This record gives sequence, C-alpha cells and structure tokens, in this order.
Amino acid sequence: MTQPPVSRGFRGRGPPVRTDRLPPGQHLTGDFPVLSAGPTPKADLRNWTFSLYEGDTVLAEWSWPDFESLPQTDLKVDIHCVTTWSKLDTHWQGVTIDTLFDAAGLSEPPTSFTMIHSDGDYRTNIPVEDLIEGKAMVATRYEGAPLEAEHGGPARLLVPHLYFWKSAKWVRRLEFIPDDEPGFWEELGYHMYGDPWREQRYAGD
Amino acid sequence: MPETDTGSPAQKLIWRVAEVSTIIDETSRVKSLVLDVPGWPGHRAGQHVDVRLTAEDGYQAQRSYSVASAPESAPVVLTVERIEGGEVSSYLAADVQPGDRFELRGPIGGYFVWTVAVGGPLFLVAGGSGIAPLMAMLRHRAAAESTIPAVLLYSSRTFDDIIYREELDQMAARNDGLRVAYTLTRRQPPGWTGGARRIDGSMLERIGLPVKAKPKVFICGPTSLVESVAQFLLDLGHERTLIKTERFGPTGT
Repeated sequence: MTQPPVSRGFRGRGPPVRTDRLPPGQHLTGDFPVLSAGPTPKADLRNWTFSLYEGDTVLAEWSWPDFESLPQTDLKVDIHCVTTWSKLDTHWQGVTIDTLFDAAGLSEPPTSFTMIHSDGDYRTNIPVEDLIEGKAMVATRYEGAPLEAEHGGPARLLVPHLYFWKSAKWVRRLEFIPDDEPGFWEELGYHMYGDPWREQRYAGD
Repeated sequence: MPETDTGSPAQKLIWRVAEVSTIIDETSRVKSLVLDVPGWPGHRAGQHVDVRLTAEDGYQAQRSYSVASAPESAPVVLTVERIEGGEVSSYLAADVQPGDRFELRGPIGGYFVWTVAVGGPLFLVAGGSGIAPLMAMLRHRAAAESTIPAVLLYSSRTFDDIIYREELDQMAARNDGLRVAYTLTRRQPPGWTGGARRIDGSMLERIGLPVKAKPKVFICGPTSLVESVAQFLLDLGHERTLIKTERFGPTGT
C-alpha cells in the first residue's frame, strides 16, 4: 500500500522497553484494563463446574475442589489485547489443558477444534493444537491471588500467544467440535484465529 | 445509507486516510474531531474505529475510538479526551490542527450497537467521555425522527465536564420521548437540581426505565462505573442479556 501520511507534530513516546516483545500495532500498559461485553457474572463456587465434552457426551467434569486439586502450573507470559494494549510478564497459576486432557484420560483429542464456553453466553473458537503442549491453561490465580471476577475469576482461559479475547473469562466448558466455527467476537467481524504477531485483529487481516 | 455488515468474514478492513476538517472544543479536556474520510463505508451507532498515527521517523501508534456522529451525517466525528501520558489522546486532543491527516479503519464492533430498527425502549448510562458511542445512538435516533422512548443518565465530574451538553439539552427539548438526566460527582453549580453523587441503585431506579419495560441498556464509561452500574441494574432485576457494556480503561485511549 502507499505510504501512510505523517501525522504532523506526532512524535509519540516511542517504545520505552524491549520492542522485540511487542507485536505490531501494540503499546505497553502497566494497568490491567477490563473489557467485557456485558455485566460481570458472579459465580458461586459451590455450583461451579468445568467440563470437557463432545456433542452430547461429557468427557470429564470437575467441581471447584476437584479442579483445585489438579496439578497446578505457573506461567509467566506477555499478553496482547486486540484493543492494542500489551502487558509483559504477567504471572498466572492454573491447570494446563494438557493436564486436563490427561486427567480426563484423553490420549488423543477427539477433534481438531474447540469452542470455549463461558458464563454470560460468551464463546470463542480455538484450534486444539493452540491449547496443548503447554500453550494454554485454565487460570485461577493472577499474581498470586485468586483471579478477580472482573478479570475472569474464578477461572479464565489463558492462551497468551493469541489476542486476549481468546482467553475467555469465566470459562465453564470446553467443547470439541469437528470444524472451526466462529465464536462471539469472531461472528462480529473479529479474526477467526487472532495471532498478534501477524496482527490478525479483524476478519480479512 | 449503506448498511455495514461487519459480520461478513470476507470484508477486509482497510486503512483509510482521514483529514481533520473541523475541531470542536467540547470541554477543557475534550475535543471532537470532524473527519473527512474518503470512501468511508458508513457505520452503525455505537461502533468504533482504529486510529493509527505515524511519526516522521516511522513510529506508529494505534488506538480505538468510538464514532460519535450519527450514521446519517456524512463526516466521521471522534470525541477524544486528553489522558495524562496518553501518547495518542494527548496528540488528538491537543496538538492536532485542521488539515492534519492520519489513518483510520473501521467500522469495528457489531455488539455495542443500536439502531431504531432494533427498537426500544432505550436506557443509556454514560460516565465521562463514555458518552461518545451513546451520543451516536441519540443522534441517530434524532436523525431518524424516532420517538422510541429513551433515557440518558450521564455522570460527569463537574458541570463544565459535561460533553455535548447544549446538544443534549436541545434534543431533550424536542419532547420526542427522550429524557436526559445529569449527575455531577465532584462539584455542583449553585442551584443545581440534577444528581450530585455517583450513580447508584436508587438513582437508576428513579431515573431509568422500569424493569417491566425491558429497556435495552447500554453502559459506557470507566470500568468502575460500568461494573457498578451493571451490577445495580442486575440487582434491580434487569435482564443480563439486555445489558451491553463498553469500558474505557484508564489506558484504553
């Protein structure tokens, strides 16, 4: 494309730290902005469950105490929101998807795609291969403390190598689906995959 | 008016060059930029755009802004609040001059959207510059000469911080079913008859539309306001699925 116009007088702050960790079009924030499409659901841990299923078949289901007793993993990662903020070295604790699949006795994922479902009717689509081999977890702690509701507590998905809308808040179910289908934002024009390094913000990017 | 289908996966959102034609001083910290955007495909009220600034050395910065103008009016209007240390907002709300150019793409987002075809009643709750996408809805409602019942409850710090005040008052004076109520959280002028505290449950109940009217609720503002207002509305009995939110984080600009 043609050269973008120079915005007269705009200098910007410039990237203050290591730019090799900042995907194109992103800027650093020290805060943790909240973005959600509706009211924050307040889960009751007594009724909370997380399940894996395919079609009508529940492959595994955990109550909150069961989930908390699964092997825990610490992860320190950079996160990138499609609204252009990035946050470096965020520290999470939770249960990796590998651990969940192991605990469910799944030697092989039954399909290649998933739809992640949350309280508040949110859903997002993610290929299985982006969830396994240590790439993703269901996180229950952020910086050592239980995850606050407005940031997705009690449990949110964490898929840090994709834009953060894929890291669904308030997760409850992982559904194996045979073919890739759009989730909530993906139906509204956001990218089906969402790789920040390829700047896949919107459909067609 | 072209109908924009943001749900179509085939359409690529291209960067377009926007030129600032007029700058409106809304408050001491807020300006509206009236933009010429050749080829603009049109938008729906509530949608936003991504803005990309390019410095002489090639450095770029990108942020999202809600469109404040009605789909019916040709130019795209963005309303920008100057945020301390915000490299894009401080440029757009302070340095930019008519004739300056930057890139823009959109419209983006198809959820926090209202059109008269969606119907009402409409209950809008705004905090600070969170009024922008809600103003697009009210301007669209007025342009369409709609009489759909609508209420705006708008929280600002002081009287002088109320964005679009004259236009909102004029809209309310049309007596076409729109009610506008302000609340001022920090300081109120002498004789002020509006609200004088943060929005709470009793204010929402007294000023807003009743639960049984099943209003379509749009809340936009700082996270703390959006979180608390959404919770108050749930407590009052409003349906979760009718409440749509957009949060302006402190670094969201």
